[in-house]
Amino acid sequence: MNQVIDGQKTLDRHLIDFVDQLRNTGVKISLGSSIDFGLAVTELGAGSSEDIYWAGRSTLINRPEDISIYNKVFKSHWLGIDSLVDEVNKLPALDFLFDDLSDDSEFEDSSKSENDFLSVKYSNLEILSSKDFSNCNRAELQELFYLMNEIRFMGERKKSRRMVKTKKHRKFDFEKSVKSSFRTSGEIVKKHFQEGGERRRRLVLLLDISGSMEVYARVLIRFVHAVMLGRSDVEAFTLGTRLTRLTKELSTRNPDAALKRASDAVEDWSGGTRLGEGIKEFNDHWGIRGMARGATVLILSDGWDRGDSEIVAEQMKRLHRVTHRIVWANPLKATPDYEPLAKGMAAALPHIDNFVEGNSFDSLKDLSILLTK
Amino acid sequence: MGLRDVSSVEKVIEELSTQNYLADRGLATAVFLSLRQNRPLLLEGEAGVGKTELAKSLSNWADGDLIRLQCYEGIDSNQAVYEWDYARQLLHLRTAEASGRTEDVSTDVLEGELYDERFLIRRPLLQALSVKNDPPPVLLIDEIDRADDEFEAFLLEILSEYSITIPELGTYRSEVKPIVVITSNRTRDLHDALKRRCFYHWVEHPDVEREIEIIRIRAPKVSLLLAEEVSKAAAFLRGMDLYKPPGVAETIDWAEALVTIGVDDLDEDSVDETLGTLIKYREDQERVRSRGFDEILSLVRQG
Repeated sequence: MNQVIDGQKTLDRHLIDFVDQLRNTGVKISLGSSIDFGLAVTELGAGSSEDIYWAGRSTLINRPEDISIYNKVFKSHWLGIDSLVDEVNKLPALDFLFDDLSDDSEFEDSSKSENDFLSVKYSNLEILSSKDFSNCNRAELQELFYLMNEIRFMGERKKSRRMVKTKKHRKFDFEKSVKSSFRTSGEIVKKHFQEGGERRRRLVLLLDISGSMEVYARVLIRFVHAVMLGRSDVEAFTLGTRLTRLTKELSTRNPDAALKRASDAVEDWSGGTRLGEGIKEFNDHWGIRGMARGATVLILSDGWDRGDSEIVAEQMKRLHRVTHRIVWANPLKATPDYEPLAKGMAAALPHIDNFVEGNSFDSLKDLSILLTK
Repeated sequence: MGLRDVSSVEKVIEELSTQNYLADRGLATAVFLSLRQNRPLLLEGEAGVGKTELAKSLSNWADGDLIRLQCYEGIDSNQAVYEWDYARQLLHLRTAEASGRTEDVSTDVLEGELYDERFLIRRPLLQALSVKNDPPPVLLIDEIDRADDEFEAFLLEILSEYSITIPELGTYRSEVKPIVVITSNRTRDLHDALKRRCFYHWVEHPDVEREIEIIRIRAPKVSLLLAEEVSKAAAFLRGMDLYKPPGVAETIDWAEALVTIGVDDLDEDSVDETLGTLIKYREDQERVRSRGFDEILSLVRQG
């Protein structure tokens, strides 16, 4: 440590500042954890920067994603090496939010007046729900977001290992039958049965947020959020030049707060796509290790890929081997005469179970029905 | 001297190494803190980096029992805490009936007899809380991410109170708190509440130097030269972007396999023959083979 620490009070101050700095970079630290950190430093005796480093690592950090940012903050705070500034500030703001209707927007059709979209809002729901997202103006999108929150996306069920009781004569429930027999001096009067229960299949959503998907992705992220709210055991990621996990960010109930958090977390909005690498990253760090095993995976992408399409094929094959089902929703599929010409799409097709549209509210509704069957 | 009175991180490293476990400073710090503050240790990391092994070494050091709870989907309190031995209870009733005791004693008394400790099957969690005297047991809760959310919440309750209530018998409070090690493979996020209870450590693959030591300790038949070569090769393969980079467990297996077939210095044939002990995915094996072994071999031979 190159900063001289005189007394206990100064050390406390340092520890608190350090925790504050970590919080400012987005690491979530509860009050309890920061107290633990203080206790841990006391326990270890703050003799060396190494002790403080590991005290913090084992109390303040509890997921590997945060380790690199921890290292940077640690270096800057305790060792005075500043590599932090550019890292934190370079996140470009991303705008998923369409709340302020008075604002001008790229989505707004200039030929329409305020009155026009009011009529859309109240009388043309059916037309709106089949309208391609890329043709919707701001007010129509607003209306769609409202509808989207109404979608309840149940997903598929699978057999659970946990048994539940049943009236049908299935597996004899020895335990329960014997237990109830104690009332009748050990005579089994009533037989109890059990059968395998069911549980929801995990659902993994991968949303392509590259430049070519921009118009759709802004809408689909709302859909992703609505799906996550509707049920548990959903995981969400964005695919762009890199893979970003949004499960935590999107778990917030309030859509605006959730999308704000998500937009803060995603660094590569509207960038290029490296679809293959993104799926590979998912496979390596999350999917194959367990998250995708037996799960339903929904990929929302147009299949445009700047990377090597062989990687897409290989990674999709890998993913397909462990999943229960892969559904690919491609907004472009709704175009008449659509052919999967995009390299990435063509490479992925053989490893997909269902290939569907995903360009309008209706198509999303169909999608949720497909996935509930 | 008990584990919980361990005086320093260095002491933890030293004690674990006498148990043939080489911990780096970070892991040792997490162990030290969780021992001193009586809190669970949560370990995450790639498969095969020695998470489970640590619990075994801790129990050897403590000279106490290692009680292992392997989690799986659908695990519930019957498998984790306790279960009544219904078959024996039924037998007890039948015996009472046959000997004519049922006529002398009331049903209540008879039913009371059935819920006696001797008909209780203790599952790992209850076992861990029932230890009466030092040394403390080590409770290993393995792969907690496989269990479902509800079970995790239930576990959290037990880990904060260190007590279990059995309706028919009353509350069991642990007299000697177990040393708790929890491992997770991160197939899903654990609840923040559980994470907050624990000291956390992300276990990494060891560096070459440490791995050489580990191989030498775990597989004493392996020569220093071979251990060096094996560790360097493993480090190289871990940098190769494989689906499943080899863990320490695999390198130890590999080194032992090489010794078994009488190899004391890596060459192309021996690597090719034994690759399956080190790399378990066909795609990975193909990738390594198609790249050829020259690179690895020239690398491991360097000073």
